[in-house]
Amino acid sequence: MIPTDDSLTSLKEKFSHLNERPSSDWPSFDTPVGELLLTLQALEDEYDFDMLVDVTAIDNGVDASPRFTVVYHLYSTNAHQYIRVAADLEDDENPVAPTATAIWPAADWHERECFDMFGIRFEGHPDLRRILMWDGYPHFPLRKDFPLAGFENELADEEVAEVTGTKVKPAPMAGGPFVAPQADFMTKREPRAKDESWNEKSEKPE
Amino acid sequence: MATETTEFSVPDSAAKAAAGSQEFETEKLELSMGPSHPSTHGVLRLNLELDGEIIKKCDPVLGYLHRGDEKIAENMTYNQFVPYTDRLDYLAPLANNVAYAIAVERLADIEIPERCQAIRVLISELARISAHLLGLGAFAMDVGAMTVFLYTFTEREKLYTLFEELTGARFTTSYTRIGGVARDMPEGWTGRVLQFIEEFLPVVDEVDGLLTRNRIWVDRTEDIGVISREDAIAYGLTGPNLRGSGVEMDLRKDLPYSGYEQYDFDIPVGTKGDCYDRYLVRIEEMRQSARIARQVIDKMPSGSFYAEDAKKIFLPPKEKVLTSMEELIQNFMLVTEGPQMPSGEVYFEAENPKGALGFYVVSKGGGVPYRLKIRAPSFCNLSILPKVCIGAMVADTASILGSLDFVMGECDR
Repeated sequence: MIPTDDSLTSLKEKFSHLNERPSSDWPSFDTPVGELLLTLQALEDEYDFDMLVDVTAIDNGVDASPRFTVVYHLYSTNAHQYIRVAADLEDDENPVAPTATAIWPAADWHERECFDMFGIRFEGHPDLRRILMWDGYPHFPLRKDFPLAGFENELADEEVAEVTGTKVKPAPMAGGPFVAPQADFMTKREPRAKDESWNEKSEKPE
Repeated sequence: MATETTEFSVPDSAAKAAAGSQEFETEKLELSMGPSHPSTHGVLRLNLELDGEIIKKCDPVLGYLHRGDEKIAENMTYNQFVPYTDRLDYLAPLANNVAYAIAVERLADIEIPERCQAIRVLISELARISAHLLGLGAFAMDVGAMTVFLYTFTEREKLYTLFEELTGARFTTSYTRIGGVARDMPEGWTGRVLQFIEEFLPVVDEVDGLLTRNRIWVDRTEDIGVISREDAIAYGLTGPNLRGSGVEMDLRKDLPYSGYEQYDFDIPVGTKGDCYDRYLVRIEEMRQSARIARQVIDKMPSGSFYAEDAKKIFLPPKEKVLTSMEELIQNFMLVTEGPQMPSGEVYFEAENPKGALGFYVVSKGGGVPYRLKIRAPSFCNLSILPKVCIGAMVADTASILGSLDFVMGECDR
């Protein structure tokens, strides 16, 4: 069936768990993580969304709950339409989502990247390793509590670290590109490093 | 006279080897190809498991060029991120700028004037020609056809001169702004583009003549790295790689943006999905791009090169900043706080030379994106590598990698 506005309304009638997600561009739905796979499978089988274009996640903030949201973008090569499906993950400490690799092999690398950047574990993924950072890297860089300048790390290769005695130093900008703070006096609104928990002048807290 | 027949017998040693082949212990050889290997076009590393010359397993290792662009985007204003998009697919920075700008414009709901749209189409198509010229030249050189590389790079050099005249930079152009482009085209520039197209089309024919019926080229590419139509869609391939497998998907036609619906052009598709088809698709796409570029120049509308209602985003002209109080304040606020965006989320994909480059922008208001996901076509195109390499010879990887035409800057972000 080729997705039209009508058929997407029928989708919402068919699955009572779908909630419309505010969106200005494409049809967009929120689903509980338990029904996520069911929804994606139905979109692939019955609604002709044959291409998984993107899987990503959003970190809603360190204190937010639910903290992580996974977002899927699907595309129909016949009907020329996108759809967005999002699911909030239940566990804030160790977020887990089901894998879509059985539906689209494309999900393989996208989910690996999601795991690499956010630490979201995709249950049932055949080969969930880091993809952009190196194996054994201890942090998840796109989480909101990861500073832009990074954490000091042991070098990737332990042998090199042993011989040279060096560690990877954070970038000298310590906070990085400039953004002016929003709510302050005009005089203090000079552009400055956004992450001000530590910079060249004040030491990084241990 | 009886015909003399010679009986060929298998030499003893070979017969023994054939009969006793079970006794030889075969060992799988692990070969790490890259990250600094000429045919991996940048810093891709392939961990191959070989049985003789045959690839049994292929595990691509990415991330050598990972710079954390998505993290950087969360820490700077929308305007500040434009130069970073140059460094994604650094062979077509003009097209990346356009894709990013349109994504943010959809978030801010800005109408772009026709002239600006036409300029964007023109530079996107020139960028496509430039990227395909490089991809083709490098592909041919990897497979042993050195001449093609020299021909294509001569043309690319002319394009760089045109880009320099337009943007002030040859490589990382940062020409597009959110809400417009940085400046209008210089006088007589379109004429020089037309002249370039005039000189460039015969070169495409020449390259076509050098390769398309070349026995060695056909042997090295035909039936190598075959990707079926179903696989191509399932693995999320886009761009010429998807069209090479026979899927007629082109976002310029399917979901026209920036006024692509006004121009006539054809979408070349392959039949088999092998390296040869992907090559043919690229050759034809360059001709189609030239066709679009001619139409754009022919129809070039007059008007403004930036949107008037984008004043809250687009930096005011410098001479006004230096003479008028209003514009000075505007400039100051834009630079310090960034353009104030409504909250919401937007996903936009543009048909770039390598495939569909997508930007997923999540805004919670203010001048800084809350989350910016870059959907890199090279990343998705490479994800089929573990499948397509199995059963191929080691030497075929040069053909396969060359025909997939990826850029690691975009893949690793």
